[in-house]
Amino acid sequence: MNFLTRIRSSIGWDKGVGALLVLTIVIGSLVTPDFATTSNLGFVVQDIGEIMIIALPMTFLIIAGEIDLSVASALSLVSSSIGYSFAHGVPFGWALVIGILVGLATGALNGFLVNYLGLQSLAVTIGTMGLFRGLCFVLLGSNPVNQLPDFWTGLGINNIPGTFLPWSFLLIAPLVIIALILLHFTRIGRWTFAAGISSEAANFAGIPVKRFKFFMYVATGFMVSLAAIVYTLRFASASPDSAMGYELTTIAAVLFGGVSIAGGFGTMWGVIFSVIELGAIRSVLQLVNFSSNALQIVSGSLLLFSVAVPKVAEMLKARRETRVKTPTPSLTSSRSVE
Amino acid sequence: MKGSPLNMQKNKLKAVLAVAALGAVALVSAPAQANAAGLKIAIMPKAVNIGYFTAWNKGAQTACKEIKATCTYLGPTEATGPAQVQFINQVIQKKYDVLVISAADQNAIVPSLNKAKAAGIKIVTSDADVAATAASSRVVSVLPAASARIGTAEVDWIAAATGGKGKIAVLSAAATAANQNAWIAAMGPYLTSKYPNMSWVGGTVDKSTFYGDDDATKSTAQFDAILSQYPDVAGIISPTTVGVLAAAQEKKTKNASVKVTGLGLPSQMAPYIEDGTVEKVGLWNPIDLGYVAVYAGAAAKAGTFTGKVGSSFKAGKKSYSVVAGGIAYLGDPFTFDKSNIATFKAIY
Repeated sequence: MNFLTRIRSSIGWDKGVGALLVLTIVIGSLVTPDFATTSNLGFVVQDIGEIMIIALPMTFLIIAGEIDLSVASALSLVSSSIGYSFAHGVPFGWALVIGILVGLATGALNGFLVNYLGLQSLAVTIGTMGLFRGLCFVLLGSNPVNQLPDFWTGLGINNIPGTFLPWSFLLIAPLVIIALILLHFTRIGRWTFAAGISSEAANFAGIPVKRFKFFMYVATGFMVSLAAIVYTLRFASASPDSAMGYELTTIAAVLFGGVSIAGGFGTMWGVIFSVIELGAIRSVLQLVNFSSNALQIVSGSLLLFSVAVPKVAEMLKARRETRVKTPTPSLTSSRSVE
Repeated sequence: MKGSPLNMQKNKLKAVLAVAALGAVALVSAPAQANAAGLKIAIMPKAVNIGYFTAWNKGAQTACKEIKATCTYLGPTEATGPAQVQFINQVIQKKYDVLVISAADQNAIVPSLNKAKAAGIKIVTSDADVAATAASSRVVSVLPAASARIGTAEVDWIAAATGGKGKIAVLSAAATAANQNAWIAAMGPYLTSKYPNMSWVGGTVDKSTFYGDDDATKSTAQFDAILSQYPDVAGIISPTTVGVLAAAQEKKTKNASVKVTGLGLPSQMAPYIEDGTVEKVGLWNPIDLGYVAVYAGAAAKAGTFTGKVGSSFKAGKKSYSVVAGGIAYLGDPFTFDKSNIATFKAIY
């Protein structure tokens, strides 16, 4: 498989997800009158908020050939730190600052272990996933913190006055735009792709790969802390078992958005469409009273579909190419070699 | 895809605009749905696929048939607050009249419940309540039995088993278990006043309570310790599912004459009830919890029930009134014996 073809197929995929989103919206509006309403759009935006915020840095990480499985635990740790600080008399605004510092620290720890000790990011972040979750229980035990200040929880729950959009939209929309510009129109984006295609080549080209990826993890920690603030305010409580399973939802959304798990390929558009699509399709299925078991099956199938379709397309293409060269291709020669 | 990078950017932009436009078109058409055929009630467990909640829903559906309401059983596959919130949003969006919910997280769902309440939906928690500080988010909570009555009912069961005489002991969970301690505290004075021919093996209830720490091995050892320390013990109450199971097993192994009762899961206790080792154990009945909660919600929607302390509502033939904390208790714990164990062991 050559590099250009893969880039092409990856760009095609993000359009496909966009088209699927349009299709979902159209079908959703036809099958249930409750779907295409402003209030439901508000719910969907609120529902996908944290996943969207974490999916942005996750896209950078996966394109750069790394991964972070600790994001949900880190989110919970930030939330727990905010709750713990507040319960121990810190004014809530400062508790949020502490939370952001904790988020940066989680990212720095991951970044250090992966880049300066040269450990596998998959292994490191499986480890820190457990570590951060454990720290949550050390901080809060089995006592979630509730009764956060009304002003702040109001921001998490209410809509911007006069609109149907939650306050978190004001945070998420600029983040999405910044991530989009960074990945596709700046040197940071080019470095990200370069690091993912070949770390060594990127190094030779003068990119400070280690330092670059370290800061990518720190940035992930920062984004996680923002997601944690949204999460804490939205649920008006800080609990040690927050955001269970969010890391898988996020990674699934990134992959469904057409980002290659092997690194080096993907678009931010695809991921953004993908996160919205996952929220939209869940909303449609829920509103037509689809059973939640079926709901799980659908999201699992979508992911499999997204991984399988490009691969099958590659295989078919490779097969066509071989057929041109040799009239009767054998099974082995028709497989694409990577 | 063919073309220059610039073309690709343009194409992407087009795609985005197309999505935005379609989205906008779709948003315009939002007719309100009016359905006058009875109340629309949502029954939301902590998580679906759990036998306990299937039974809970069964009770709810029975009540729904009686009041001719349309009830939908919906909820997440994982028992977390955030997962439940997505379904609460669905309930708001579909304009249900009543939400009967077992709270998977006593805090995280509260903001959404408040939203639902603001939308005019009457909320009844059943089986698991929200945090006490958030009680205003629901009309009432339907819970199994008041703490004191859970303790005293167990005394009644052991008295029935021993014929109202003899010395008894308690095999509890951990010494720090708040629930068990509250139930046990209620047992002491009740035994003295109600059953004059009965007494505690150690003189007082405190000195007659042994702790198995909700550990099967330790509970068995403590059961043996009671028998060897007090050979004349007539009955043992174990107000914990682990303890009562261990006690029943050990009673059978040792072929001991001491009577055993307590709070047990029907599925676990079935063999011992069927073979007569244990006559009766109790726990809550999820079917009743679901049944009564639907009536509470319907009464609240009809305006005949406020949920204030002292107010009351009818469910079937019984009337339930609200006590401090905005809670309606079912009354006595539900008991399992030979007559009904076959049914309930399949449920939970």
